[in-house]
Amino acid sequence: MGLMTLERPGGKRRRHLDEVLLALEGVSLRFGGVNALSDISFDIRKGEIRAIIGPNGAGKSSMLNVINGFYQPQEGTIRWKGRERRRMNPYLAASTGIGRTFQNIALFKGMSTLDNVMSGRALKMRRGLFWQLVWIGPARREEIEHRRRVEEIIDFLEIEHIRRTPVGKLPYGLQKRVELARALAMEPELLLLDEPMAGMNLEEKEDMARFILEVNEQFGTTIALIEHDIGVVMDLSDRIVVLDYGRMIADGTPQKVRREQAVIDAYLGVAH
Amino acid sequence: MLYRETGQFRTSYAADQAIFPLRQDRIGLAAIALVAALAVPLLADDFFINTIMIPFLIFALASIGLNLLTGYAGLLSLGTGAFMGVGAYACYKLTTFFPEVNVLLLILLSGFFSAGIGFVFGLPSLRIKGFYLAVATLAAQFFLDWCFNRIGWLYNYNASGAIEVPTREAFGIVLTGPTATPLARYMAVLALVVLMTWLASNLVRGRIGRSWMMVRDMDIAAELMGIRLLRTKLLAFAVSSFYCGVAGAMMVFLWLGAAEASSFGINVSFQVLFMVIIGGLGSLLGSFMGAAFIWILPIVIRAVPATLGLDIGAATVEHVSFMLVGGLIIFILIAEPHGFARLWQVAKQKMRTWPFPY
Repeated sequence: MGLMTLERPGGKRRRHLDEVLLALEGVSLRFGGVNALSDISFDIRKGEIRAIIGPNGAGKSSMLNVINGFYQPQEGTIRWKGRERRRMNPYLAASTGIGRTFQNIALFKGMSTLDNVMSGRALKMRRGLFWQLVWIGPARREEIEHRRRVEEIIDFLEIEHIRRTPVGKLPYGLQKRVELARALAMEPELLLLDEPMAGMNLEEKEDMARFILEVNEQFGTTIALIEHDIGVVMDLSDRIVVLDYGRMIADGTPQKVRREQAVIDAYLGVAH
Repeated sequence: MLYRETGQFRTSYAADQAIFPLRQDRIGLAAIALVAALAVPLLADDFFINTIMIPFLIFALASIGLNLLTGYAGLLSLGTGAFMGVGAYACYKLTTFFPEVNVLLLILLSGFFSAGIGFVFGLPSLRIKGFYLAVATLAAQFFLDWCFNRIGWLYNYNASGAIEVPTREAFGIVLTGPTATPLARYMAVLALVVLMTWLASNLVRGRIGRSWMMVRDMDIAAELMGIRLLRTKLLAFAVSSFYCGVAGAMMVFLWLGAAEASSFGINVSFQVLFMVIIGGLGSLLGSFMGAAFIWILPIVIRAVPATLGLDIGAATVEHVSFMLVGGLIIFILIAEPHGFARLWQVAKQKMRTWPFPY
């Protein structure tokens, strides 16, 4: 992952969309008698931006929660990097390279921006209790080494000026950006973004869209995002999954999904 | 005007991560260190050292212990007194078995016993939070209190049920027991407290401290960043209890000289909790300020009538000081719920911009 170069790679976005990173097959998730997801199958390929859309209550967030191990689906198989994964929990998901942001910002409110982003490095830091206590020597070296990486991400997302500010005091749009920075600090292979632009104004949305594209291009991070702003989704994503009432009603490129009758019906309603 | 960072550039991450990046702070710290290590021993009398400085430092250490748990990891505990007791009784047993060993070493070792007990009583913290966890730790308080009373082995079957500190030395100097001078005990307490405060400050600014704060602020997100909740919480309990245990051992060995089960009752737990809250949750400096306020202020208030030559009964003075301190606690918590540490921060910010705040 080259964080060093900030100039855009010239020309068209280069893609190699053949390698499947994550594949879901026949995934069903039930809460008691409620079918949150039924029989969902799709895949996420390495390097793409994959959008999951659908009306409210369609099961989009449940989908993300299944992917990063927060919920256990009752049926179906999930293959992550070519291997079927059985028991899953958030810790395993995080340590195998799945990062995520939340619909309702889940930052560590009492900590500064810098500490929040540093917390994304938690899994990558190795020094144990003893060295942490002594500080001088290995623990400090490690801290500085990670600080350097974190500063690059802070630079990249243009949040240098709020480095020292407690995140609780930041405006909403910046908090969203800090959350993205924190997820990026994990250097995930798959980044799950749950409504990264919810509640933003146009300018903030444009900034965020630019960041998402740049993350995808420069770090090669695969991105799966949920978003309600259809315009943004159509422009950003390579492929789109459409959910409605826990079922998958469409899957394909934006051009294809846009023309699908089931999608139009789900969004606009049908005459009975 | 004086407190301004203009012209002080931090050019490396190492400098940026220092505990006191500002020159003014470092000068202030050096001044405090000089006062504590030179002025107090040279100028203060035994009364001042014995009733103010030694207990203040010991309670500050206990507050740091509780602050690591409550302020940093967000786990409320009412078992501080009991954990201090575990340290004290462990040290007593250790010195019974190994009378020749350096007593300072034993005081530090006894922290491990209390860390072990804290670890066990921290196990419920994975499932229960907030007030409910406080009640679980309250169970620890009462259970351990009962142990100190009923298990004769702990106090060597002493007829009085109390533990009495025997005379012990470290580096050829008598540190504990009736013959130890206040000055020697003070220097020992000071050295231990400074050492452990430094270690704690290292801990809270690194990976482990961050993982505690992550759990405190948003445990779900912490889990998704790869933090294992049980491990992190148990580590917080263990480290916190270690600090409390060492503070408890110092309290008996270097201050009181004798103690019984009631010395580690629920009152002590609350007293330390007040120090943490008044001082500021999640601040080591706050722990010192809180300990100073709760411990020193009543002594000062009690000394006032005698100094002014007023003839007021001792009991009345006691009551009045209770009321005054209680009232002040309420006032401070209303005025600044985040404690002295936040007040100090605000003051620093004001000094930084004075006299042109815009």
